[in-house]
Amino acid sequence: MPQGLIGRKIGMTSVFVEDGKNVPCTVIEAGPCVVTQVKTVESDGYTAVQLAFDEKKEKQTTAPMMGHFKKANTTPKRKLAEFRDWSGEMQLGDVITVDIFNTDRWVDVTGITKGRGFQGVVKRHGFGGVGGQTHGQHNRQRHPGSMGASSYPSRVFPGKRLAGRMGGDRVKIINLRVLKVIPESNLLLVKGSIPGAKGSYLIIEK
Amino acid sequence: MDLIKVAEESFASKKEHPSFKSGDTVVVHYKIVEGSKERIQNYRGVVIQRRGVGATETFTVRKISGGVGVERIFPLNSPFIEKIEVAKEGKVRRARIYYLRNLTGKKARIKEKKRKLDIGE
Repeated sequence: MPQGLIGRKIGMTSVFVEDGKNVPCTVIEAGPCVVTQVKTVESDGYTAVQLAFDEKKEKQTTAPMMGHFKKANTTPKRKLAEFRDWSGEMQLGDVITVDIFNTDRWVDVTGITKGRGFQGVVKRHGFGGVGGQTHGQHNRQRHPGSMGASSYPSRVFPGKRLAGRMGGDRVKIINLRVLKVIPESNLLLVKGSIPGAKGSYLIIEK
Repeated sequence: MDLIKVAEESFASKKEHPSFKSGDTVVVHYKIVEGSKERIQNYRGVVIQRRGVGATETFTVRKISGGVGVERIFPLNSPFIEKIEVAKEGKVRRARIYYLRNLTGKKARIKEKKRKLDIGE
């Protein structure tokens, strides 16, 4: 049953659940989202629903986008996202709220991880480093070590994990338990952590 | 931050604890579950710090048990805390009285705050 919402990460806290356990949780402001486009097999070759979230000023919206929002009879929004094979019929301009989620069920959350800049192999790929500091070692504790064999193949194979830009990736965390839904303030509390900085956009699917 | 508070309040226990701060001597009535049995354990000691805000606030209580210093950290909103009693109000100059760890015996005493006298009409 694919359904979902666009949300924003608010931050983390911990709460005590019924049996007295202290559970880490992430607070998400989810929705309300407006349906801005309905894609069908006839017109687009596949079925999907496009949702919009987060108000923005008309002044900051381009004329083509303004027309797109006008079609759905709604105000301009910052974030648009498409959800494939939505279960149930949707009409342009329909508003979806956090009510679609249920407590103690599971959701998948997609976010963009925090950018970490240029990182070495130990942090980026979990390499163990070269080993100890002894046995003639002095300046390469966190180096990648051997890159491969020697005269054959005389090259480094493509895909060799090296240092480089880390973070800023789209990551989906699956099967997060919903601890609570607070429809009055559009909040969703899920157990555990979620990729991304506070205030970043998230896609929540069930 | 505001929305986090909304989320925390939806889980908040309705328990009210007396206000206390570091330097105070408190008795924490802590519920312990052993198998199917429940009992209350009293843990008495000096509060050496309070940290955090909202649902994640904790406090540390230090006591000397059998000549060995014991420190225990309690989440303030833990459902296992039945009751907190303030036995003594201590007079200290810091929020974190870690120096108490290096003191033993008579030196490790804390001056008691003079209570405000109830003045009649």
